[in-house]
Amino acid sequence: MTHPILAIQNLSAGVEGRQILKGINLVIRPGEVHAVMGPNGSGKSTLASILAGRDGYNITGGEVIYCGKDLLELASEDRAREGVFLAFQYPVEIPGVNSTYFLKAAYNEIRKHHGQPELDAMEFLTFVKEKMKILNVPEDFLKRPVNHGFSGGEKKRNEIFQMAVLEPKLAILDETDSGLDIDALKIVATGVNRLKRPDNAQLVITHYQRLLNFIVPDYVHVLMDGRIVRTGGKELALELEENGYESILHGAAVPA
Amino acid sequence: MVTVETKPAVKPKQPMRENGPYWEKFEQFAKIAEDPAWVRVARRAGISHFVELGFPTLQDEDWRFTNVAPIAKLPFKRVLEPARDGVTAQAPGHFTFAGLAGSKLVFVDGHFAPEFSSTAKLPEGVKVTSLAEAIAKEPAPVEKHLFRYARSDASAFTALNTAFFKDGAFIYVPAGQTVPEPIQLLYVSTAKEDGATVHVRNLIVAERSSQVTIVESYVSLSDAAYFTNSVTELVVGDNAVVEHLKLQDESHRAFHIAAVAAHFGRASNVVTHSIALGAKLSRTNIHAHLAGEGLECILNGLYLTRGEQLADHYMIVEHAQPRCASHEYFNGILADKSKGVFHGRILVRPGAQKTDAKQTNKNLLLSDDATANSKPQLEIYANDVTCTHGATIGQLNDESIFYLRARGIGLETARRMLIHAFAGEIIDRVRCTPVREELDKLVWNRLELNEKVTVNK
Ligand SMILES: Nc1ncnc2c1ncn2[C@@H]1O[C@H](COP(=O)(O)OP(=O)(O)O)[C@@H](O)[C@H]1O
Ligand SMILES: [Mg+2]
Repeated sequence: MTHPILAIQNLSAGVEGRQILKGINLVIRPGEVHAVMGPNGSGKSTLASILAGRDGYNITGGEVIYCGKDLLELASEDRAREGVFLAFQYPVEIPGVNSTYFLKAAYNEIRKHHGQPELDAMEFLTFVKEKMKILNVPEDFLKRPVNHGFSGGEKKRNEIFQMAVLEPKLAILDETDSGLDIDALKIVATGVNRLKRPDNAQLVITHYQRLLNFIVPDYVHVLMDGRIVRTGGKELALELEENGYESILHGAAVPA
Repeated sequence: MVTVETKPAVKPKQPMRENGPYWEKFEQFAKIAEDPAWVRVARRAGISHFVELGFPTLQDEDWRFTNVAPIAKLPFKRVLEPARDGVTAQAPGHFTFAGLAGSKLVFVDGHFAPEFSSTAKLPEGVKVTSLAEAIAKEPAPVEKHLFRYARSDASAFTALNTAFFKDGAFIYVPAGQTVPEPIQLLYVSTAKEDGATVHVRNLIVAERSSQVTIVESYVSLSDAAYFTNSVTELVVGDNAVVEHLKLQDESHRAFHIAAVAAHFGRASNVVTHSIALGAKLSRTNIHAHLAGEGLECILNGLYLTRGEQLADHYMIVEHAQPRCASHEYFNGILADKSKGVFHGRILVRPGAQKTDAKQTNKNLLLSDDATANSKPQLEIYANDVTCTHGATIGQLNDESIFYLRARGIGLETARRMLIHAFAGEIIDRVRCTPVREELDKLVWNRLELNEKVTVNK
């Protein structure tokens, strides 16, 4: 068996006075696509945020091993440099920070981290234009300040575009499908599928089954009230779509 | 600490004032000055007003946050002779905007320095010269405007300036003329002793349908506690298009008080920028008198303070005519124990209908010990107007920092990017490209000097 990209063991976490994640177990191996589904408030974004290193959560138990390293020990920028990428559920607008400048800085930080030479402005532009073509991203994305004045759909597309540029080992997509119409959804899904490689992995968080018609997962996990209550293949998503989360809670088997 | 308030200013009873040795010095100075009668009259009125008004104190509503007692206590040493030895021919080349093409007037300790100045070929009738020289040789256009906009009876510092000024710039752009390149005015202080005082007086007249860009920079080769007291009268004719930038980059022990008294004509289009980077204490009073119908102006400003610096802007935007738009944007970035003050008064006169006045003051506190005071003050005497004001005082946005870090950008770099972006909002409004680019570099370098800024963990 190959070494997992991500191994979450019994992870419990919360915020001041409130437990949100109550013992999560999840192993992701190279080449795999995992979907995490669950109702609003079940803890999906909390899980994604903790993996990406957002401040403000108390880890009360368990551990997260990423490519053999203790992920929770790393600063969020170091996680990104090591190949963890979070596509935000709500990408922030950063007026005044030019997108090209931002993306080049991020890209070069990652290169530096791996001992590779930085790309200069011209080299980076050539590289990034190629990615834009593949993902069908409008030229002006690069000229505008980061996410500034972007529509909800544009922001989501921008996340996937950044992912294409930064080429992560573990991509975590937090409800990248929400707020997208069917055409935008297809573009995003096509982008994500193109980025799939045997040596990387994707954790796709979603609320609806819809996205999983386009990004086909190897595993589907159902998260409810801070616990993974069921794990199955892609057909589990369809079952959820038909019967709803309640049916899972009542009567369904919890994985060992 | 945060204060944001809206209430009309009440002028307090005049307390006892400190006039120091000024009257006596004036009498000595008046004996040697070789001014025409109309200037002498104004000077005399200036010193009387100053003696009457005295230096403001914290009891003055308009000076509540800025204590000028240290200026009042300075040993008043008007710089009579320029100390040229401190300035080499290369020195002016080291300051920001040195690379700008176009005309340049250099003043050393308030004295015109023709050897460092250069005037490019200028369109017919355009004058870029020393004010003292213009008063002596060609007083007509000067006499028409000088002393009319910056009033001695309203400000002790303007009164003092009027009484004692030696020189400054006179810029005159006749009707219909366009000056293609920015005109640069550089004021270099070489003060060797504390209390050295320079009163700079500028007059800029852009006649009807003319276009011009002017950059005033106050810089220093000194580390003394000197005092710059400048007054600029800016007269913009009907339909004229003017950009004016004032950069205050004095030494960190210096005091800098400035007035920009601006008068805008019908359908003119004006952008002014006030950038305050230096000085221990600086105060810039900008009074924009929107005196013609249908004009548009942007009053833009940025202040960066650290250590124990204080940067104060006091704005009066006076809408006197209908259908004018004014927009004030002031951003402050305050580090260490420094302090930023913004007072924005918007005055809409009776009859100034369809006024559109907006004011935004944003302050970014980089340390828990930094202070921002923001005080809007609206006085509206017309009924069909839109006036908005907003002030924010806060720290860097944690969400934005996390977003940048989650892309691999280090915490410190992320913070600097956001700080620079905050300054960039203001810098981006500078229309003249070479000026904007040089200013951007300067501000970026200054921000880099900030110590590692506090990180809320
Ligand atoms: N920083 C926080 N402070 C307080 N409550 C939080 C915080 N983050 C998340 N929660 C709460 O934890 C629960 C899970 O939130 P979240 O992870 O965003 O759910 P999901 O993404 O599945 O909709 C919700 O009830 C939410 O209100
Ligand atoms: Mg969520």
